[in-house]
Amino acid sequence: MLITKPESILEAVPPAIEFIGLTKKFGSLLANDNVSFAIRAGTIHGIVGENGAGKSTLMSALFGLYKPDAGEIRLNGKQVSIKSPSAAIARGVGMVHQHFMLVDRLTALQNVIVGSEGRFWLGGRISACREKVTAIQRRYGLAFPLDATIRSLPVGVQQRVEIVKSLYRGAEILILDEPTSVLTPDEAKGLFHVFRSLAAEGKTIILITHKLQEVLEVTDNVTVLRQGRCIVTTPTNSVTRASLAEMMVGRKVGRISDVRAPATCDVRIRVRDLAFRDPSGTARVSGLSFDVHGGEILGVAGVSGNGQTELLSMLAGLVGPSDGSIQLGSLTVTPNQPASPIKVRASGVAHVPEDRLRHGLVPKWSALENSVLGLQRSGKVAGLGNWIVRSKVAEWCRELMIAHDVRPPDPHRPIRVFSGGNQQKLVIGRELALDPEIILVGQPTRGVDIGAIESIHRKLLAQRQAGKAILLVSVELEEVMDLSDRILVMFEGRSMGELLRDEFDERVIGLMMAGSQRDSAIKQIGGGEG
Amino acid sequence: MDYLALLLITASALRLAVPVLLAAIAGLYAETSGLIDIGLEGKMLVGAFAAGAFASLSGDPWIGLAGAMAVAIVIAMAQGFASITLRGNQLVIGLAINIIASGLTVFLGIAWYQRGGQTTPLADAARFPALKLPFAESIAHVPVVGPLYNVALSGHTILGYLAFATVLATWFILYRSSYGLRLRACGDKPEAVDTAGVSVVGLRYSAMVINGALCGAAGAYLAIVQGGAFYRDMTAGQGFMALAALIFGNWRPGRVLAACLLFAFADAIQGRLQGSVLAGFEVPTQLIQGLPYLLTILLLAGVVGRAEGPAGAGRPYVKGER
Amino acid sequence: MRRMSTVVGGVLAAFINIFIAVALGGILILAVGEDPIAALDVVLQGAFGSLDGLSYTLHYATNFIFAGLAVAIAAQANQFNIGGEGQAYLGGLGVTLLCFAMPGFPWYVALPFAIVAAMAFGAIWVAVPAYMVARRGSHLVITTIMFNFLASLLMIYLIVNQFREAGSMIPASAAISPSLELLRFDQILAAVGVQVPESPLNVTILVALVCCVLVTYLVWHTRWGYELRAVGANSEAAAFAGIPVNRVIIQAICISGGLAGLIGVNEIMGAQHRLMLDFAFGYGFTGIAVALIGANHPAGIIPASILFGALYQGGASLSFLFPSVSRDVVIVLQGLVILFAGGLVHVLRPLATSAVEAVLVRMGMAGERI
Repeated sequence: MLITKPESILEAVPPAIEFIGLTKKFGSLLANDNVSFAIRAGTIHGIVGENGAGKSTLMSALFGLYKPDAGEIRLNGKQVSIKSPSAAIARGVGMVHQHFMLVDRLTALQNVIVGSEGRFWLGGRISACREKVTAIQRRYGLAFPLDATIRSLPVGVQQRVEIVKSLYRGAEILILDEPTSVLTPDEAKGLFHVFRSLAAEGKTIILITHKLQEVLEVTDNVTVLRQGRCIVTTPTNSVTRASLAEMMVGRKVGRISDVRAPATCDVRIRVRDLAFRDPSGTARVSGLSFDVHGGEILGVAGVSGNGQTELLSMLAGLVGPSDGSIQLGSLTVTPNQPASPIKVRASGVAHVPEDRLRHGLVPKWSALENSVLGLQRSGKVAGLGNWIVRSKVAEWCRELMIAHDVRPPDPHRPIRVFSGGNQQKLVIGRELALDPEIILVGQPTRGVDIGAIESIHRKLLAQRQAGKAILLVSVELEEVMDLSDRILVMFEGRSMGELLRDEFDERVIGLMMAGSQRDSAIKQIGGGEG
Repeated sequence: MDYLALLLITASALRLAVPVLLAAIAGLYAETSGLIDIGLEGKMLVGAFAAGAFASLSGDPWIGLAGAMAVAIVIAMAQGFASITLRGNQLVIGLAINIIASGLTVFLGIAWYQRGGQTTPLADAARFPALKLPFAESIAHVPVVGPLYNVALSGHTILGYLAFATVLATWFILYRSSYGLRLRACGDKPEAVDTAGVSVVGLRYSAMVINGALCGAAGAYLAIVQGGAFYRDMTAGQGFMALAALIFGNWRPGRVLAACLLFAFADAIQGRLQGSVLAGFEVPTQLIQGLPYLLTILLLAGVVGRAEGPAGAGRPYVKGER
Repeated sequence: MRRMSTVVGGVLAAFINIFIAVALGGILILAVGEDPIAALDVVLQGAFGSLDGLSYTLHYATNFIFAGLAVAIAAQANQFNIGGEGQAYLGGLGVTLLCFAMPGFPWYVALPFAIVAAMAFGAIWVAVPAYMVARRGSHLVITTIMFNFLASLLMIYLIVNQFREAGSMIPASAAISPSLELLRFDQILAAVGVQVPESPLNVTILVALVCCVLVTYLVWHTRWGYELRAVGANSEAAAFAGIPVNRVIIQAICISGGLAGLIGVNEIMGAQHRLMLDFAFGYGFTGIAVALIGANHPAGIIPASILFGALYQGGASLSFLFPSVSRDVVIVLQGLVILFAGGLVHVLRPLATSAVEAVLVRMGMAGERI
């Protein structure tokens, strides 16, 4: 293995941050297992790993949100104990969380200064704060309107508020947790530019991500975590995409075999000029049209928050469209003819929701009760009529668990103690139980371990083989490219066009995700190469 | 109705508004910090009992007021401990506070005073005197403004004037101080405050101290100024009226004041309207008494306006859980 | 195994809760210079010491079963109905109107209609708050508080201005016709030759027990109950699963209001035989204590109701024997029980459950721990 010693011990200048033997347990789960590595001041340091590799836990320890069970943290060579975020802030550590820590109803300026206002009465003081914030904004090119409420700002801009908030508090070390998940590739480039100018001033940037491209693009050094353990810390120019991926997952990464039967032609999902406006009147989806045939997977790619969730919600009947029409098998949905999840399910549609613990399962219930959620009126499960016969439902659940390899196959176990992969397998098994003709899938492998990812992917391909129409929404570009027959890219609620399988190109899709139309994206990439 | 009658109604509405206003502002602090408080009624009641007891014992209204505030703060701290530290269900806890208060005040009242739950009636020296505002007499003859000043605005107690000053102070604290900014952030998104290095627990406890003090003052007003003694269940739903005013006032000090005045005017007018006939109907007093609740329901039902409270209210804060 | 320790742990937690509350009540009695042990003895004697006392205890328990079930079924939908008192008043209004519409009918003919009327009035009264919860996201607690005051004002208006007998100064309606008075247990006992003093315990307690059975089946053994619990446990997942969340919430709250309305049957046809002011005073709150102690399950609600019925009945004897102790100590106890149930929810139950688990493990009953 490539475990390097913290080189810093040999150097004269102590590293900005040093983890030594850091360990954190959650119950029986070892989130961080004896993690040791160092980060030099003035560098951009990537921390990569799969979901659940322990990246966020490690950074939460540095920011004082969790107390480590063992090990120590050193800042500039001095051992420190960081008991709370305020202690972290006092030591110059700032963090931009994946879910922003901003108050919707307050203004950007108020969000930046809250907790560090400097004085009790804000009357005259606020203008001094304003000057300081404006100076930071100008220095690093982080523009946003100071007096706009947070909820009126787009996510990308909110992120700038978060960064300025940390800098305002004098952060010398800035942690960013998956900062690009809400950004287009272009916005991400802008963010990386900010990173470089911060690093040039001697600030230390820690970038937590699971996107390898970013690591290669922007970081000086990289640490790979896997299952809570530190696999390697090394200069970025010494690794390749493939070697990083291998270290992340612990084995060679291949693609699923690619023999495909053609689609069976008949259209199962027909969407025309679909639009959705949220209650505040903002258009979330507009002018969207596409077809999905039987025996086909249509992948919907895009940066999260570009209308994919709303599209899925409309297709599943959870919200009605504001305009346009949806045809699901024999069911037609228009603004005047709204659907409901019941009707949609009745016309042979299954739905694997994006966030399984919020939308797909009842966490405090057993597997048994979860295994029939949504099937309770299908007439498919014995013992589940007007009266419920528990023993029969338990039998059904056990069979389902065995068929879909949910481990352990114990119907009475609370669902929350199953791993993410086993939970997802139960959800997928349940949704496939009605033998649907149309399958809506959102983020099928989010927070799922590697072994289960493969089995889930195989399951979806088998359904495609069986002639089902599948709409797959995922922010994991690789997943979409591996599974789909066609990819539709969404940007700001609109379609940027569709790509056929032989046109799949990460760079083209990247441009489309940033708002380029299909043809111009292909031309740009083609032109660049030719 | 002549002008003088209108002024008398105004004066009486201002008096009636005070306890509801104090309690509503108390609720405003708790809810802005993220704690739903349906225990206002109970803390007012305990405050009123303590005020009656301390004032009659000492013969000094200020000691009565201080005692009421201290005892209500103790109750608010117990409520805070259960809802902040133990992260219990805020609604259930608030409800329990009300029930305990209604039982305990009567129980202790009967045990200590043997007057069927009433405390010893207060001597005049143990009550706040009505204050004549400066120049009230001298400008009384100036048309319109003079009587307004002399009859309606002058002649209230120091506690009444302080209550209205509290609204102004609260506005400045909430919208012009760092404490207020933190408090508002805490109620909407406690994790934002926590990661900004400010203690959510500390903020919420501090809000509950203010909450208890104001509830105690509201109770003291009932016992020392209005009642001249504590009577069993003397709050008679005014704590819930305060809750209604808080919602009706959309959790903003100025509008809460307006809501309290509206409710108080309805209350002051009902005595006069009793038995009178409007458009061929005899107006039942109960309809006017129910007006604050009806209006709040209409507001919540979306018939009039829209209410938006603190987004994080009612949710116990668990560190590191997002 | 897991189930068992949860259930036993819950029971243990309830007992600890009650024990602490009673102990604090004892300290309170000590504080005013009386003997708490003697007071407890008086309460128990008053509640269970005689057939007479026992029947009063069970009469109150009947009301509390209705109130507790009402809170419990709404709680299954994750809704907190604290308006049981108002819904009980309206239920009583429904029963009174029905009784005035059916004078002279035998009680057993009128009873089914009275049940329907009480439930309908209670349900309709809570329908507006229910609708506001489902469609507007208003807080049921806030709206039902407001509706309690409105109910109380409405009753004052109706009784004083409409129902009061001419010339009467008592705020109550005229009496219902004697044939409509429900059969009392002292009458049943008298028929078999046992003479006991008259007490209000009547056949409504059977209605309450039937309701317990029906609620158990409805919530835990029917499809609708499954959907109800899904809505309560995770309303978003329920919506994704095609459950009409808003409709289920409205239905649950209306059933809750209907159950609270049944208090009107017990009080008006069973006990007071006329519509009186404040006949359900505080019952909605007692229902919350009952449901909290009874873990929102009929099997817990029945004993909890009897406990509070005993406190109500026994508390009344207290003030006779101890001049400085009023029956309000019972209200304090009730408040303490609610406080501990709400405040210690993350402390008491997990503690008791893990204690039970530890005991079971030590006893070698762990078996395969799953």
